[in-house]
Amino acid sequence: MSDFQKRHNISLYVENKPGVTIRIALVFARRGYNIESFVGSPAQDSRYSRINIEATGDSQTLHLMLEQLNRLVDVIHAREYSDEDVIQKELALIKVRCDNNSRTEILQISDAFKCRNVDISDTTMTFQVTGKSSKIDAVSKMLDKYGVLEVVRTGKLLIARGEEETSW
Amino acid sequence: MNKKQCTAATKLIEILKKQGVECIFGLPGGSAIPLYDALALSDMKLVLTRHEQGATHMADGYARSSGKPGVVLVTSGPGATNTLTGVMTAMMDSVPIVVLCGQQLTSNLGLDTFQEADVSGMSYPIVKHSFLVKDPNELPSVINQAFHIANTGRPGPVIVDLPKDVTSALIDEDTTGEFTLPGYVVRKEGNLDSIKEAAAMISKAEKPILMVGHGAVISGAGQEIKAIVEKMQIPVTNTLLGKGCFPESHELNLGMPGMHGTAYANMALCECDLLVSIGARWDDRIAGSPSDFLPQAKKIHIDIDPVEINKTVQVDCSIIGDAKSVLNSLYGYLEKGNTQRWIKLIRRLKREYPLKYKKEGKLRAQHVIEEMSRLTKGEAIVTTDVGQHQMWAAQFFKTEHTRHFLSSGGAGTMGFGFPAAIGAQLANPGRIVVAVVGDGGFQMTLPELSTAVNEKLPIKILLINNRYLGMVRQWQHMFYDNRLSGVDLEGNPDFVKLAGAYGCKGFRVKRSADVRKVLGAALAYNDGPCIIDAEVEKYDNVFPMVPSGAGLDKMLLSMPRNKLEKPKGGT
Ligand SMILES: Cc1ncc(C[n+]2csc(CCOP(=O)(O)OP(=O)(O)O)c2C)c(N)n1
Repeated sequence: MSDFQKRHNISLYVENKPGVTIRIALVFARRGYNIESFVGSPAQDSRYSRINIEATGDSQTLHLMLEQLNRLVDVIHAREYSDEDVIQKELALIKVRCDNNSRTEILQISDAFKCRNVDISDTTMTFQVTGKSSKIDAVSKMLDKYGVLEVVRTGKLLIARGEEETSW
Repeated sequence: MNKKQCTAATKLIEILKKQGVECIFGLPGGSAIPLYDALALSDMKLVLTRHEQGATHMADGYARSSGKPGVVLVTSGPGATNTLTGVMTAMMDSVPIVVLCGQQLTSNLGLDTFQEADVSGMSYPIVKHSFLVKDPNELPSVINQAFHIANTGRPGPVIVDLPKDVTSALIDEDTTGEFTLPGYVVRKEGNLDSIKEAAAMISKAEKPILMVGHGAVISGAGQEIKAIVEKMQIPVTNTLLGKGCFPESHELNLGMPGMHGTAYANMALCECDLLVSIGARWDDRIAGSPSDFLPQAKKIHIDIDPVEINKTVQVDCSIIGDAKSVLNSLYGYLEKGNTQRWIKLIRRLKREYPLKYKKEGKLRAQHVIEEMSRLTKGEAIVTTDVGQHQMWAAQFFKTEHTRHFLSSGGAGTMGFGFPAAIGAQLANPGRIVVAVVGDGGFQMTLPELSTAVNEKLPIKILLINNRYLGMVRQWQHMFYDNRLSGVDLEGNPDFVKLAGAYGCKGFRVKRSADVRKVLGAALAYNDGPCIIDAEVEKYDNVFPMVPSGAGLDKMLLSMPRNKLEKPKGGT
């Protein structure tokens, strides 16, 4: 299989300083890697931040890119996680068109996926979904035929299993 | 009681002194005035340059020749952007320079105020690191970090952006400059298992070659390399930036490999069964086609930067660490093999395919350079610009000592050679410094003649004047049916008169018969810089040549009769 368009989960632990994001993004851009999602927030110790990036590109380039990320002065650690060795969650808000006829069906689907209804209007319903990215894909696919108006996703969050510390 | 205070600018100069800085290269402007004011109040030496690019190449030449970081001080906006070429040049060749840039007031940042530019933002892709200081109390720590980052691990340029209100602010005189850099780790020692594996590969090889690069120069691994060469009887090739780390007069030295390397180095590489890179990064001037680079040879890579491992050429064994430390430990595990037949072949290649050029007829660049090399006996520090003369200098200036050959390798920055020589001469006052430059590149940083004259630096500017942008003309000649486009330097000044105008000595040589005499006179002149305008054959091409993107086995020893395909490589 050609791994040219493989998706990769990259988790970084970085210093919480101005410019960190650009420096990281530049490493991806320079090698033609496309960033699919990017999540950043302060770590427990507020001097640092955690960043999760999902990006597509080939594995050979990824290896080099990880070294290039680790070479950045403000990056403490950067590493890749495969889907298996890490817990990954994503949150999405999905807005669907609905009318009196479709409302019940839509609610049934959302129930099956344990979505939370966060907004309702005459013509729309908005759900909050959490779970693996694939689950979010599935929900929005199921709702597609009713008319999905908007999907806003957080991007992937990663946390290592058990005692292991993430991105170390 | 109130603590004693000083301006952050004053503190900055004090820290530079503590860092061992002897001189600063630069040119002031509005937002750098507080810094220049602090300079005026100190005894720090300022070398006033005529252009900020010149200042960065001077700092670079200072750093390459001495191993100590070079320091640049410029103003905001255009002052700072003028340094970017020099910063990129230093980055590509891992040279420690610290560029201090004045900046608008912090409250004016991002507002398109006069001479405000996002310099740290522009710098990201071409620096090892950069800082924008917003809190004057952090300035001492940032400056110490800048020096630490610039000059440890794989060295490189660091930019510090210094807003005017920050440098003018008062801070406690005893503000400490401590820092921690949790994300910055320097690995010195190599992994022992990898070292043992490499030692076994080297011990067993029948046709090994060491390839010495800038990393070896930077780590000061000359002694260690010599010890290994002599114990194991392994020939050595040195990259453009590795020149001098292992003496080029040594019988096991093959000179430079690659695009314009010696025929015997390239032929030996095509024959070897093991290639050990010591701080050389398989640059595309050597490994033009990295996916099938010397498939017959196993490869070992010693480098302090993990990014370089398997970046282009895939290697069989890698050791991440400082070359000197790694080689030191490697030595102990080496067992003497038998390379006698290999050495015999190497000797034969060196004998049968020497570098050559025509000595009769018109004056040749190679002749002038070779004679300068002979007259200075390997003791001169040589800087070069970029182009044909650079390659001829690499081929014919025999370098005996480390940090004695300074050239813009990775970036290929025209205009580098002459200002770099100014920096090198300031760092090495007792040494002969020769700048081998082309008539094209010299004119890019020519105004620094004033700087060299002011400082009374006895630099020998060996101007290889072929009235062409020679290297580009060579490509057009070889690969574009000799359609010359934009390479004729019609309108060049009379360089001897120009020397006179700057109050600098000028010599001219036009005939082969006069070379020794004129160079001798120039070497005897020490009252300041001199230009030796060598009017050489205009149409000479540099050979050997491996077309870019091709394997070393595609080397051309002279201009072929048949039409050449356009090269596959980028440049
Ligand atoms: C700043 C910059 N611009 C353009 C080039 C492209 N270039 C490489 S070599 C060369 C010709 C240099 O001519 P000259 O300085 O006269 O040296 P020669 O090759 O004739 O020895 C040029 C234009 C470059 N390397 N750097």
